[in-house]
Amino acid sequence: MTSPSDAASDAPTRSIPDATVLFAGDSGDGMQLTGAQFTLASAYARNDLATLPDYPAEIRAPAGTTYGVSGFQLHFGAVDIHTPGDRVDLLVAMNAAALKVHLDRMRPGGTVLVNTDAFAPRDLELADWSDADPLHDDTLDGYEVIEVALTTLTREALSDTDLSKKQVDRSKNMFALGLTLWMYSRPLDPARDWIRNKFSDRPAIRDANLTVLKKGAHYAETIEAIGTRYQVDPAAMKPGTYRAVRGAEATALGLVAAAHQSGRSVFYGSYPITPASDILHEISKHKNFDVATFQAEDEIAAVGAALGASFGGSIGVCGTSGPGVALKTEAIGLGVMTELPLVIVNMQRGGPSTGLPTKPEQGDLMQAVYGRNGEAPLPVLAPASPGDCFYMAYEACRIATTYMTPVMLLADGYLGNGSEAWRIPAVDDLPPFTVENTTEPTDRNMMTDDDGNPQFLPYVRDDDTLARPWAVPGTPELEHRLGGLEKEHETGNVSYDPENHERMVKLRAEKVQRVTQSMPPVPVRGPRQGSLLVLGWGSTKGAIDEAVERCRAEDTPVSAAHLRYVWPLPADLGALIDGFDRVLVPELNNGQLIRLLRNAYDAEFVPLNKIQGRPFRAAEICTAIRDALTPVAS
Amino acid sequence: MADASASSNTNNTKKPAGPPGAKKPAGPPGSKKPAGPPGAKKPDGPTLPPGYGGDGGGCGLSRKDFSSDQDVRWCPGCGDYAILATVQRLLPELDVPKENTVFISGIGCAGRFPYYMDTYGMHTIHGRAPTFATGLKCANPELDVWIVTGDGDALSIGGNHLIHLCRRNLDTQVLLFNNKIYGLTKGQYSPTSEEGKVTKSTPHGSIDAPFNPVAVALGADASFVARTMDRDPKHMKAMMKASHDHAGTAFLEIYQNCNIFNDGAFFEFTERGTKASRALFVEDGEPLTYANGERGLRLDGLSLEAIDLTEGRWSVDDCLVYDSSNREMAHLIGRIFDQPDLPRPFGVLYQTERPTYEQQLHDQLGAVRAERGDGDLEALLHSGETWTIDA
Ligand SMILES: Cc1ncc(C[n+]2csc(CCOP(=O)(O)OP(=O)(O)O)c2C)c(N)n1
Ligand code: SF4
Ligand SMILES: [Mg+2]
Repeated sequence: MTSPSDAASDAPTRSIPDATVLFAGDSGDGMQLTGAQFTLASAYARNDLATLPDYPAEIRAPAGTTYGVSGFQLHFGAVDIHTPGDRVDLLVAMNAAALKVHLDRMRPGGTVLVNTDAFAPRDLELADWSDADPLHDDTLDGYEVIEVALTTLTREALSDTDLSKKQVDRSKNMFALGLTLWMYSRPLDPARDWIRNKFSDRPAIRDANLTVLKKGAHYAETIEAIGTRYQVDPAAMKPGTYRAVRGAEATALGLVAAAHQSGRSVFYGSYPITPASDILHEISKHKNFDVATFQAEDEIAAVGAALGASFGGSIGVCGTSGPGVALKTEAIGLGVMTELPLVIVNMQRGGPSTGLPTKPEQGDLMQAVYGRNGEAPLPVLAPASPGDCFYMAYEACRIATTYMTPVMLLADGYLGNGSEAWRIPAVDDLPPFTVENTTEPTDRNMMTDDDGNPQFLPYVRDDDTLARPWAVPGTPELEHRLGGLEKEHETGNVSYDPENHERMVKLRAEKVQRVTQSMPPVPVRGPRQGSLLVLGWGSTKGAIDEAVERCRAEDTPVSAAHLRYVWPLPADLGALIDGFDRVLVPELNNGQLIRLLRNAYDAEFVPLNKIQGRPFRAAEICTAIRDALTPVAS
Repeated sequence: MADASASSNTNNTKKPAGPPGAKKPAGPPGSKKPAGPPGAKKPDGPTLPPGYGGDGGGCGLSRKDFSSDQDVRWCPGCGDYAILATVQRLLPELDVPKENTVFISGIGCAGRFPYYMDTYGMHTIHGRAPTFATGLKCANPELDVWIVTGDGDALSIGGNHLIHLCRRNLDTQVLLFNNKIYGLTKGQYSPTSEEGKVTKSTPHGSIDAPFNPVAVALGADASFVARTMDRDPKHMKAMMKASHDHAGTAFLEIYQNCNIFNDGAFFEFTERGTKASRALFVEDGEPLTYANGERGLRLDGLSLEAIDLTEGRWSVDDCLVYDSSNREMAHLIGRIFDQPDLPRPFGVLYQTERPTYEQQLHDQLGAVRAERGDGDLEALLHSGETWTIDA
């Protein structure tokens, strides 16, 4: 093997536990691809990892502008990696705009690798930096700067090829990749294999990319500018087979798995919306499984079709984001009333209204729990990491069919776009998923109607779950009518009877409450008693875990618990909360879970809210933990 | 339909693994016979395999078998009664097992329809019935799905879903009960109310131009478009049957009298005194004549002209001969709406064959499966770049 990783170099190699690298450049610079290849190499180096792409909101932003910057952040380590990284250790800036946009993410003392070819006056002007000279003024004081003429060097490396200038310039990301792989002692072979495969039918391009990749690594090895080379040892990960998985992809896989394991079809209805569209894209690829997709004319049609499919015996699922959920509200209420299974995936984004389409926020919890007319409770689940989207999507289908209820799954763009090293579950280890339709008349589910004919009772309930029978059209003798008008207990006939309405409202609420029976115990990090519990939900888990781990490493007495089953509140949560003096509740909203908690438990809850369209940094939570502990200590 | 000896139901303790509706077509008709008190619903027709029922007794059921025990709550005299009765008379004549028949409705007086049918049904939300029907029919294409909707339901709040349903050509029948008024909400004008309509919400007359529902359906490329009236049960039944026989979205507008809030809205076309001269019943291969053959429609350039066939100037040979497969003709005739000198057309205005939505959906799923084989979940989860950490 001729990998430069094995070659001798003068630069001293320092072992570090983890690092965060951010590749940033123009949309056309191939940063997502570069990041993905670096991720792959890190996976081969057996690191734990988490990634987060940062796409520009504009589809084709003008080249060189700040709003056209595309980034890919990767956090990898020999230690447990919970988030894509608080602070960037190495920023690869392919142009001036990329540097401008991402400089504030840098760790003081971190390394900035700049493509000096893209810092001409015109580039600075495009980056709104006309008056500045960032490479020479004090902008980069306090950082280690590696200046590389990436474009020039790439052109030189390919000077003897017949490729067009454009083709040549497009491969400069491979120079950056080779260089950074060398810096972090990563193998080149995964990238080489990928290039060979990807460009197998275009040998000239393939060879150019291979050459430039190698040149990048050699260049790193040769120049003096790289003072230190880093080594990140393999992480002590649980044995198993891993892959990188994005949340949107994992959600789709979870739905496919639900179809596969339940033996019934999943019908996925959706209307495109950022950041939920990727679920539709992904699930559409797997039609040799029992999944059908339906791109509806709007979100109402998407949920209507999903619920109609559930009436027909499929598992109806619809994916969307907050604005789409708003449109679906009335139909979800119909799902509550007709007590049919339905899964609504909400990839939350900043709101209200169109809000911040590409930015994550946990602003839709109240909408999920309470956002329907009438008393219309439903269970709410929230995956805690990209890979967890798989399990929670699967779980949402299980709960929806077991309890005959709509279920809301609250993920967000941070999970949907982010990826992590995901230990692939064995199919046999997935929770069992058997849900039967009612296919036969029985003494219990039949009565004689007013005309003296046998009539099926669609609202007779299961003793444990309170679920009503799921009898699908096509089943002889079980004909019945569902609908949005209040249903009479057991018969399902339309009823305006006052007592019946109250009874049905309470029965529906009790049924949703019983979902707590299906919840695992709330997992706790640290002791189950103490002065402070950090209690979060959904996508903030990584940042909270990392913060709590850091604090505990400094002997700060703090524990953490996390809700993936958010509503109804888990049965064991009250006792857990009782064990602590106070509870810190970090949320990416203006305080929503905390209201549910305050309503349910008599304890001291301290809010920690961030509403900036950005995930928490662990450091922010650490600070809040220390603050929350201070009054207790004093 | 029922063949008691063929029913292994009672002996068969093993339940099907999947839902009957989801994985495969609903159980074959004849696989079960209705239970029930002796004689109450028992078919007494001949035992015939599915699809060989013939007219008037395919399922061996009668009108009564399709009416639920729920009291019908429409206002006495409402045109909806006649529509309900006609549907209940038609269904026993169709070769569709009762359990495969589903009525999906939106909200409105019309929307109550499913509750009165002893079939599967769903009373959904205002305007959205086509969406539920789409999911249901895709989940189980064997089902015979009917949509029941009103003029407000279909053309106001649900206009979007209606046009997309037509465009996709889901195999379903849309029965649009057009009473030119919002009945359930007690009498506001609707998107089919005539301009100037005085209602509670328009004391000074409405200023909205009305929709002609069949023109909307034609414009949305519905593959079957027809019109009938509540006061002509025979024609109504024939139109419902034709709608049912059509594979694809069959759009049937039914002029329906709301005797409470819009009494007589269609009397011009439906009542004895004027019906003959104001209503034209189109039939394929027949010249367009009305008024007991005294009048007809001819083409004058690209326009229609009403002609007198009694004066000697024109004869029936001058009349346009109807062809419901001719799209241009359908648009020309279907567009007759606000010309007082032209009769209102009834009958099958347009009909064409094109692939249905659910068929294409399942063909595509089948093709993917044929190409790639049954999905292997283990392999799917392991797709892409993987790496293994050894114990
Ligand atoms: C979302 C929503 N908006 C408004 C209503 C009130 N509403 C019920 S029926 C109806 C109009 C029905 O008119 P039409 O469809 O013509 O049916 P008809 O009652 O005339 O048969 C309205 C506005 C509703 N049920 N839901
Ligand atoms: S209000 Fe009109 S449409 Fe409604 S039931 Fe009464 S008569 Fe029929
Ligand atoms: Mg109406």
